[in-house]
Amino acid sequence: MNSVVLRVERLSKSFAGVRALDGVSLEVRAREVVGVLGENGAGKSTLLKVLAGLCQRDGGHIAMRGRAVRFGSPREAAEAGISMVFQEQSLVPNLSVAENIMLGHEGVAVRAGFYDWKRLHAMGAAQLAKLDSTLAPWALTETLSFEERQMVELAKALTIEERTPHEPLILLDEPTSMLDAGQAQAVLIGIERLRGRASVVFVSHRLDEVLRVCDRIYVFAEGRCVGQGQRGVCTKAELQAMMLGRRHRVDSKDGSPPQEAPTSASAVILSVRDLSCAHRYHSVSFDLRAGEVLGIAGAAGSGRDSLCRALFGAETPDSGEIALDGRPVRWREPADAVERGIGYLPGERSTEGVVAGMSVAENMTLAHLGELRRGPFIGLRLEKALVRRWIERLGIKPCTSADMQAQLLSGGNQQKIVLAKWLIARKLRILILDHPWRGLDVGAKAEAVASIREVARSGIGIVLITDALDDLIALSDSLIVMKNGLVSGRFTCSAAKPPDWRVLECML
Amino acid sequence: MGRPGRAERHPAASERARRFAGHPVQWQTWGPFAALLALCLGFGIAEPSFLTLSNFWVIADSSAVPLILAVGMTFVVLQGSLDLSIEGVMALCSLTFAMLVLNSRTALDLGVMALGLAVLPGLCIGMLNGIVLTRLAVPSFMATLGAWSAALGLAMLLSGGQPPILKDEAFRAFGLGRTAAVPNLALVAVAVVMVGHVLQHYTRFGRYSVAIGGGESVARQSGLPVDRYKVFAFALCGLLAGLAGALESARIGLGHVDIGAGQLLGTVTAVVVGGTSLAGGRGGVLQSAVGALLLNVLANGMVFVGVIPEAQKMVEGAIVLLASLLATWQLRGRLWDVR
Repeated sequence: MNSVVLRVERLSKSFAGVRALDGVSLEVRAREVVGVLGENGAGKSTLLKVLAGLCQRDGGHIAMRGRAVRFGSPREAAEAGISMVFQEQSLVPNLSVAENIMLGHEGVAVRAGFYDWKRLHAMGAAQLAKLDSTLAPWALTETLSFEERQMVELAKALTIEERTPHEPLILLDEPTSMLDAGQAQAVLIGIERLRGRASVVFVSHRLDEVLRVCDRIYVFAEGRCVGQGQRGVCTKAELQAMMLGRRHRVDSKDGSPPQEAPTSASAVILSVRDLSCAHRYHSVSFDLRAGEVLGIAGAAGSGRDSLCRALFGAETPDSGEIALDGRPVRWREPADAVERGIGYLPGERSTEGVVAGMSVAENMTLAHLGELRRGPFIGLRLEKALVRRWIERLGIKPCTSADMQAQLLSGGNQQKIVLAKWLIARKLRILILDHPWRGLDVGAKAEAVASIREVARSGIGIVLITDALDDLIALSDSLIVMKNGLVSGRFTCSAAKPPDWRVLECML
Repeated sequence: MGRPGRAERHPAASERARRFAGHPVQWQTWGPFAALLALCLGFGIAEPSFLTLSNFWVIADSSAVPLILAVGMTFVVLQGSLDLSIEGVMALCSLTFAMLVLNSRTALDLGVMALGLAVLPGLCIGMLNGIVLTRLAVPSFMATLGAWSAALGLAMLLSGGQPPILKDEAFRAFGLGRTAAVPNLALVAVAVVMVGHVLQHYTRFGRYSVAIGGGESVARQSGLPVDRYKVFAFALCGLLAGLAGALESARIGLGHVDIGAGQLLGTVTAVVVGGTSLAGGRGGVLQSAVGALLLNVLANGMVFVGVIPEAQKMVEGAIVLLASLLATWQLRGRLWDVR
């Protein structure tokens, strides 16, 4: 039996009267990967923050290796061997990889205030080598891809090994939530490598990942620990049931009304012919009808992301034709596409989503104030009615949230606000959804799915990209599969859903 | 799709990366330098006498003080702050210097030691700026605006309407003189730029300044003593502003409250034109030096080609606008670069 590294007992923590943690107990043993599962707002991140010394507990006990501890700052936590990898990446973009890894702990690479770059790069490379990563330590961090930066984060967390006599405890706060399946794979392999040298707490809301890498799993809901599981003993369904508690599962097989397939009589609104862009995609053709959900499947690098950006005018194709209502169009910039009724909903809420500090109502109507104008003023009553209608229609919670600050809402609800922002535009014809569920938990996702169906029913054509294949198949009326820049398969889903292995076959 | 050279372990690439301390050679780095060369060439073609050695030394001489100021300001701006107090600091240190060497007002004659003492008020004001900023959380813009007035006021008090005249011949000779045809002040400026460059790329202070500008919260999270390095940067900026004030006094032979008039805008412009972002984290000492040279070449060249003084400011403004536009060009595509 491995020794217990961390023991947490009856931990509680409130923020402004809201109980984020309510009597949570758990333990982590040496060289164990412990999963913490839960929806957004279940208290997972708060737990990690308390453990990392970023905030103070209100009650309960924490013991590290048998000794009671209370961390007043991240530094104190680090001294005890706790290192945290944050959900939002905590790397300085304009520093080199090695500088980021060793930031604040340059040690012998800085003598009398002077840098020995050779040594620093060697130290950075040594940390990366622990993860079998071959990233160049001198590369500028901002030139790396997201998953590469995530490896740098892990390497940075590992530097703690050299600073404490104990084996470290590494806290990972949703390190894969922004990654697609292939990218997440690399990070998961990194976590596997950590197992040989550290204890890990891995927070996620992706069941598959947690089941794959974790030895034991704690399930959180509403600030409490509602269940535990052992790898190999508990199943995905059991965990899901624990996470959702009373709420029933929402997926395509039950609960949702059958989709009304758009009849082939409904007009083609967007047609793409032989669209090509060097090194990205080649000779792509498809039609999108009003009220249709067109899914584009493909691995990262298959050209689907680039294709979507071309539809929205953010990238320019080399050749081929995009036609809107039968008339060829050429976007110079995204504003042209918006002008013609194309909306784009990105996955990254934090960078492209809601404006912090503005209310839900203001966020929704931000781009369309012109339509609410009464003379030189904004028709406030008009705005209010409009906002209330959309809050109701998309089921944004709480339903009285019109005047609340948008960033206070949960991730799923923020996503809906962005959706509403596009839908408010009366002329919206086509909505492009680029990984709309990235970073959303199970419940929020189910709600987002429902609102997307609602949108399609109103006659808007939807182009959908997501890595969750079962969602894609469930939601799409027709599906094209891309591989290495070419369309490798086409499926019609309105009559009978294609089995996912058929789609996968085309992808791989 | 992968960027070329992302994970390569090529010895040449490593060598280059080491030299540039992780910064790849990019448009922001060489753009202003190319503009500087183009400007020189353009003026040279329009008026061949512009491209003479003697005019080169004139430009070098007039660039000396702006260069020294730009180096100090670079570290402050790299960290994402701004120091508006340099004109006041220059005035105060100019007066201090003029009254410590042999002069018309006091009986003191401290010689070279006067220079060392004269920059101390600059250092102190800089440190004070940093402390007010970090401890009292007053934005650097406001804190240093206050320091500017206070320092200028102190200088006025010292001056008392009677600017002290320098009588120390050695300093006068140094301020106006040349060593092997090179203006002495230009030599000082080159030394300051070199020291600044080394500070930025090879010391903890420099690299942490870059880190603070790139992500202050991350820097704090990583346990860097961010506040201490901010105080350092303001102290350095104040110190160099003081040096600039004293040197300018040696040149004009006077301790004067207006000695720094107009330098603030010029310095900030030089820093930004060189490619150092006001948001922090980008740019560097050499870039700022190029920016300072660019402005001085422009001012000098316009006289040569006969732009009337009234229009000079206008042309300068247009060029500054253009340079800023080019320096921030990469930020325009940002929406699509986040992934």
